[in-house]
Formats: sequence, structure tokens, C-alpha cells
Amino acid sequence: MKSILKLVAAMAMATVLQALPTHAQDKPKEIKIGISTFLSGPASVFGVPAKAAAEMMAEDLNKKGGIGGVPVSLHFMDEGAGGEALVSNYRRLVQDEKVDVTFASISSGSCLQLAPLAEDLKMMNFMWDCGAASILEAKKYRYNFRSQANATPEMLAVLVYLLKTKPDFNTIAVVNQDYAWGRESWEIFLTALKQMKPDVKVVAELFPKFGAPDYSTEVSRLLALRPDVIFTTSWGGDLDTFVRQSNQRGLLRQSTFVLAIGETSLQRLGNELPDGLIVGARGDHWFLHPELKNDPAFKAFNEAFRTRTGSWPIYPVYHMQQAFSALQGSYDKAIKTNGGKWPNREQVIDAAAGLEFKGWGRPVTMRPEDNQGLEAQLVGVTKTDPAYGFKVLDNMMIFDPKPITTPPGIKSIDWLKTLGPDFIKMSVPTFKHGG
Amino acid sequence: MDSTIAVLAVLDGLSYAALVFLVSVGLSLIFGVLRIVNVAHGSLYAYGAYAAATLSLMVAPISPWLTFPALLIASVVVGVVIGGLMERFLLRPVYGREDVLQLLITFAVFMIMDNLQRLIWGVQPIFAAEPLRLLPNISVLGVTYTSYQVLLLPLLAAITLVALRYFLRHTLSGAVILAVTEDREAATAIGIDARKVFLVTFMIGASLAALGGALASPTTSLVPGMGTDMIVLSFAVAATAGLGQIEGAAVTALMIGLARAFAIYIQPEFEVLVPYLIMVIVLLVRPLGLFGVSHVRKI
Repeated sequence: MKSILKLVAAMAMATVLQALPTHAQDKPKEIKIGISTFLSGPASVFGVPAKAAAEMMAEDLNKKGGIGGVPVSLHFMDEGAGGEALVSNYRRLVQDEKVDVTFASISSGSCLQLAPLAEDLKMMNFMWDCGAASILEAKKYRYNFRSQANATPEMLAVLVYLLKTKPDFNTIAVVNQDYAWGRESWEIFLTALKQMKPDVKVVAELFPKFGAPDYSTEVSRLLALRPDVIFTTSWGGDLDTFVRQSNQRGLLRQSTFVLAIGETSLQRLGNELPDGLIVGARGDHWFLHPELKNDPAFKAFNEAFRTRTGSWPIYPVYHMQQAFSALQGSYDKAIKTNGGKWPNREQVIDAAAGLEFKGWGRPVTMRPEDNQGLEAQLVGVTKTDPAYGFKVLDNMMIFDPKPITTPPGIKSIDWLKTLGPDFIKMSVPTFKHGG
Repeated sequence: MDSTIAVLAVLDGLSYAALVFLVSVGLSLIFGVLRIVNVAHGSLYAYGAYAAATLSLMVAPISPWLTFPALLIASVVVGVVIGGLMERFLLRPVYGREDVLQLLITFAVFMIMDNLQRLIWGVQPIFAAEPLRLLPNISVLGVTYTSYQVLLLPLLAAITLVALRYFLRHTLSGAVILAVTEDREAATAIGIDARKVFLVTFMIGASLAALGGALASPTTSLVPGMGTDMIVLSFAVAATAGLGQIEGAAVTALMIGLARAFAIYIQPEFEVLVPYLIMVIVLLVRPLGLFGVSHVRKI
């Protein structure tokens, strides 16, 4: 009888153990992070500072004991190597190096390639910088998250800023790089513009080759056309060249310039820029963020980055920081949910959906419906401050993310077509530089 | 078409053509004499630009006008040192062997130089616009132009073309180069040092590429990968002109510059396509290029 009771008890115990939703995982020796960033090519102006930021953050995190007591290690992939090489490298990192999570990528093209692969490999992936809205609108992913906004709120914030601050314009021209970002960002901007100010006439749509060394002809044409507003989402050397050539020939003073992601160029362009250009930051990213500028931790981070690289942080640096925060937040939440025990990967994924985390800006939420990050947007105008050798931002508006982000379940362009002129009446706080 | 647009497009086209010619003529010269398609030509353009910007930034505090000689000095130094080393130690050992070896070697040099460029100058765009700022702007039909771009660059391109023609056709050194190009064995038999001719020609071609980069540096941002775009365009010009054709390179650069400028004014979607469209059309009609002729002297 006793032996039968023992057998029943053992069977019951085994059944209970099997019925438990998860087993406690052994704490790993490290959390391996695979990071896709541009280390070569023109986009390395974003990728290299982001890599420096990642190294800085990993060092800092490990000094504090890592995530849940586990140190992190970084494994970089060069997006500049191109599509097939990137995919091979990604597979190698996941299958051979056994990374635990990936941050991929800067380019929307890279994200479009790697997101389905991450899903197939059941690899937790934070799309940490790519902007194409369509990636998470076309398909519901479980393993892919975006730890920042996408092009739709980024362009909408800039447009609303323009319409709120300089509403009396009749003509507009665009000069964007001829690739997916340049085309898609203009489509978003123009679709919304037509809804909010239908009488505006587009006088020129110029899409010079990506990496074009010379914009002289475009500048001549714009000088002749005299559009009220010139919009560009160009970046890096392309934007620098276009803006400098425009400045040398008086175009910056003839038209209102909207540099939708110009924050990254301000330090390089120095005081060549006039005051009053509208500048976006792909998020509420600014090293003099009006709500954080007196935060000692924020100031210390910015100073440390400047000491390390010689420049103040730009938005890819802050986006990288958000990916780290999202990862740490996901693990912390999963550990807590798991009763303090180390979680398995699926538990971390569950924790990431709907997670709110704090970067160097307002809190970001990765909404659970489509894993899209809801990130505030900061837009301002250039202003001279003798304390800096370059233009800073003034009259900054910080947009709450929800009203300007496409609701889940609808495509951005379809949603933008439902907006109207009243959209710009939203209340947005304005901050003065140094105020 | 509006006559204003025509005038503006011609000015813009001339300025662009001048730079394209300066870079592509070096490629043509090297091919004409050495029969080498130098894939690293774009890197020499980039190094010329970076070296010129670096030197300009160094001398500008002394006197901004020193930035003009700085452009020239930087391009000669880049062309002579890098071009000389390339020819002497990498290309000379493979003369007379399969053409693919030369292609592979120059491609390897291109990759190495591209990486070294990032190590030396970093990835952030660099610019040194002092020479551009020193010269006044001019107004044409109410549109402001920099005289550096619409006057100085075309003038320097024209001077380069004339000087190169004069050097090759009317000097002893030029005659020696032509002799080696015509028949290396016969030239060697009469005492011409063909190896020296190859070295000097390669250095001149490399210096021209660097000069193109140096002259472009005040107008543009210097970024990683800038040489890649220029080598593709230079090949298009050289192929359209007929490989080895110096005057042909000038005419083709002008055609491409003007066509591109008119495209931006009339049909901007064609801007990127124009140089390659011209190349395809020309090569379909004349497979050896506009000025290419088989079995005759190549420069």
C-alpha cells in the first residue's frame, strides 16, 4: 500500500511539475546582443556614433551588474556590407554565436530583410532605428518590436510644426534622396499636407541620386522657382552639401527650409546655417532636451559621449539607448513576472509587448497590438547661441506620440487620408532654448 | 522651352561637366597608355578631396588665399605618392599577364583605400569651403551662382584639356609617351625607358583624379564612399568617349553635364539615368565609343 501511495505521489508531483507554465531557466553567463549598424558607407554617420553609444552603454550596464545580474556582450554586423552579407551575418550570429537578442537595423531595407528572418528563427529583435512604417503595418510579428517611432509620426510632427508656425505658404518643393526613405517620407508628408492644406501647390519634386556630390542644378532650379517652402528628409553628407550649397547661393534665405531629420547635421554645419530653419529630430532627441537638460544622469551621459567621440549625441545614439532600455525593461518585467527567476526567451517576448520604458526623452511604449513604439517627437527652429559653435534648437514643440501615430490595424497612408485641417489644432507645448 | 531655363541649365551643365571631365580624363589617360582599367581611380579622387580639405583647413588660418595652392599641392602629392607606389609595386609585376589580374589588384587597392580613408578621416562628413567663399557670387537672370563653380571650374577643365593636348602632341616627353603607347617594343628598342613612361603616366592620371577631388572639395561634403560614385560615372564617360580618348572625354563630359542639367529642369526623374542612357545609346551605335577607333593610337 505504501509503495502504491509513493507511486501515486510521485506521479502527482511529476504531473504538477509538467503542468507548470514554465521551468526556471539557469541564469546565463551573459546576454549576447547582436547589433546591426552601418560601419561603412555614407550611413556610417549614424552607425558609427550608435556603435560607440552601444559600447558605452554596455560598459556602463556591466559595471552596474548587467541585466538581472547578467552582463551583456555585443556582436556587431555591418549593414554597409549589403543585403545578402547582412542576412548571412545575422544567421551566423543567431545560429553560431547564439546571441540572445538582436538590434536590427538602421536602414528600412535591412529591417525588411531581417524582420521575417528573426521571426522564423524566433529571435527577439528590436528594430532600433529604421523608419518605414509599413514593416509593422503589413504583418503582425511576435518576435519583432520597434523601440522608436516610424516615419509617419516623424513627418506629421514636422508638418504640424510648419503649419502652426508658418501657415501662410502657397508653394512647396521637395529635395529628397532617391531611395525608399526619401520617397516614402515625402509620400507621407504630401498626403497629410494635401489633407490639412489642400490649396498648396507642389512646384518641384527633386530626387537626386543617393550620395549625390553636387546639388548646384537643383539649387539653381529652386532659386528660379522661388517656392515658399523647401522640404527635405535628406541626411548625412547629402544634406550637408545641399544645405551648404543653398546657403552659399542665398536659397536658405529665399525659402522656408524644413530639414525633417536635420538634427544630426547641426553640429557639422556649424554657424553656416541661418536662424529660423525648421529641424526635426526623429523622436524627442536633443542633447539640450528642454525637459531633461537639468537631469544629472542625462547631462552625464551626454558629456561622457562627447568625451568619448568628440561630438554631442545625435538621434541614432538616443535610439540605441532606447533599444537597451527596452531590452532591460523586458528582462526586468519578465523576471518579476517569473517570481524572480530567470525567464526563458518566450517570457521575455511576452514581457516586451506593451512595455513602457524610458530613454533619454519622454517614455516610450511598444504597443501590444503591433509592437510599434510610441515615441514623442521634438521639432524646433535653428537659433544662434554663442556658447556653442553651431546652431541650437529654439521654439521647440514636443508632440505626444499617440495623436500623430497611425492607429493599429490601419495603413499609414489610409489613415493620413482621413485627417483634415483641424488636425493642426492639437495642443502642443512650446519650449524656448535655455528657458 | 523657356530661354531662362536654357541659360541656367547650360551654366549648371558646364560646371558639372568640368568636374566630371577632370576625373574621367585621368582614367582615360591611364587606359590609353597602360591599357589598365584602374578601379582605384575613384579612391584617388576621394583621397585628393580629403587631402585638399585637410591641407586647406591647416593653411586657412595663415591666409585663406593659401587654400588655392593647397588644392593643387594636395592633388599632386596624392597622385605622385599613391599613384607612384601603386604602379611601381602592384601593377608593374603583372604587366603582360591576364587583364583580370590588373582589375583584381586595382579593385583590392580600392577596397583597402576605402577602409583606410575611414580610419584616417573618420565617417563624419568633412568640408573646407574657403576657396568657394573667397570668390564672389555672380547673378545670372536673377539666379545667384558661385563664380568658383561656373567660372573657375570650367576654366580649369579647359586649361587641363589644352595643357594635356599640348604636352602629348608638342613636347618630347609627350612624344615619348605616344611612342610607348604606339608600340612598346619598338620604343624600348630605340632606348625609351617604357617602365619610366608607365610610372609617369600613371602618376599624371592619378594626379588628375586627385585634382578632380581637390577641386570638388570646397563645393561638396566629403563622406565615406564618395569615390565609388565617381568611379562609376568616370567609367561611363570613358566608355562613351571611347577608352583612351582625351578629347572624347571632354566632349562626353559636356554632353552628360548638359543633359543632366536639362533633365533636372525638365524631367527630374531622368537625372540619375541620363549619363547611362547616353552611354547605352552611344555604345549601341558605336561600340568603341564616340571617338574610339580600333587599331590606331589610343591617346
